[in-house]
Amino acid sequence: MEVKKFVENFAAQFEESDLSAFSPETKFRDLEEWSSFTALSIIAMVDEIYNVKITGDDIRKSNTVKDIFNIMELKMQ
Amino acid sequence: MSVKYNPFSLEGKAILVTGASSGIGMAVALESSKCGASLFITGRDKERLERTFNSLDGLGHSKIIADLTDEVDLDNLISAVPSLDGIVFSAGITMAVPFKFITKEKLNHIFNLNFNSAAVMTQRLLQNKLIKREASIVFISSISGVYCSSPGASIYSASKGAINGLAKGLALDLSHTLIRVNTVCPGMVETNIYGSGQITEEQLEEDRKRYPLKRYGKPEEVAFAVIYLLSDASKWVTGSNLLIDGGFTLL
Repeated sequence: MEVKKFVENFAAQFEESDLSAFSPETKFRDLEEWSSFTALSIIAMVDEIYNVKITGDDIRKSNTVKDIFNIMELKMQ
Repeated sequence: MSVKYNPFSLEGKAILVTGASSGIGMAVALESSKCGASLFITGRDKERLERTFNSLDGLGHSKIIADLTDEVDLDNLISAVPSLDGIVFSAGITMAVPFKFITKEKLNHIFNLNFNSAAVMTQRLLQNKLIKREASIVFISSISGVYCSSPGASIYSASKGAINGLAKGLALDLSHTLIRVNTVCPGMVETNIYGSGQITEEQLEEDRKRYPLKRYGKPEEVAFAVIYLLSDASKWVTGSNLLIDGGFTLL
């Protein structure tokens, strides 16, 4: 599973922040645009593209984009 | 005045409740039984429906496991129900998904249960003359889709808005038989409808504070409104929507 592609899919859920603002280490909560609605979008994106059900709690306990990616990979196994 | 005076009595009434295995449906079944009704309860989950059934007050109740979106299950249910004085449609699901991510499958999933199953079942019950003259039909709707909505709730809201439209048309169509049709529109109630985990407990806690009465509703607080609509106390009430929301839509 490729982290780079995940970062792109993650970034696509933001309307204003540019892709260049995102890396696996990005602390997504620090982004001005982050909201509970973005969290819902991330959950829906992971479900649609990766067919994995992550929860609001999974996002709450994550700090970086990579953290969410790791949770998703664990749930895939 | 007699000590037994109770304009909200359901004594002698046969009442069908869908979605009775949990949440609002379960509370409606339990409270209605305490008010004297004979219940016919249905739900998808065998164990939980059994639990509701065993908690019912009094005797003469029945239960049937059914997925209301399944044709065969619906046939079985229609052939098992007695002639009814009341029907409460409480089976429902929600899904928190941003509109950008909705799919035809998600739309069908929510609408099939929240709207189609209630509409089709009502039609089948009427066709089979299983709804008595002067009976009462109650749909559990929501504040969502009728008075307001919330992020990611577009399909759910649409399905509830559709229920309110259905209730109005149905109320008119059935008025010559004196069958009454109403909805109850609750704000958030403490049930596990958000059990699938898209919304966190922290978010729910924040949301509770947004209610002028400082909390979510209790299932029985919705059930009491349903009892009013099922009872003879509301004999002149049809096509109405009873709002029960701790003041949420005032703001």
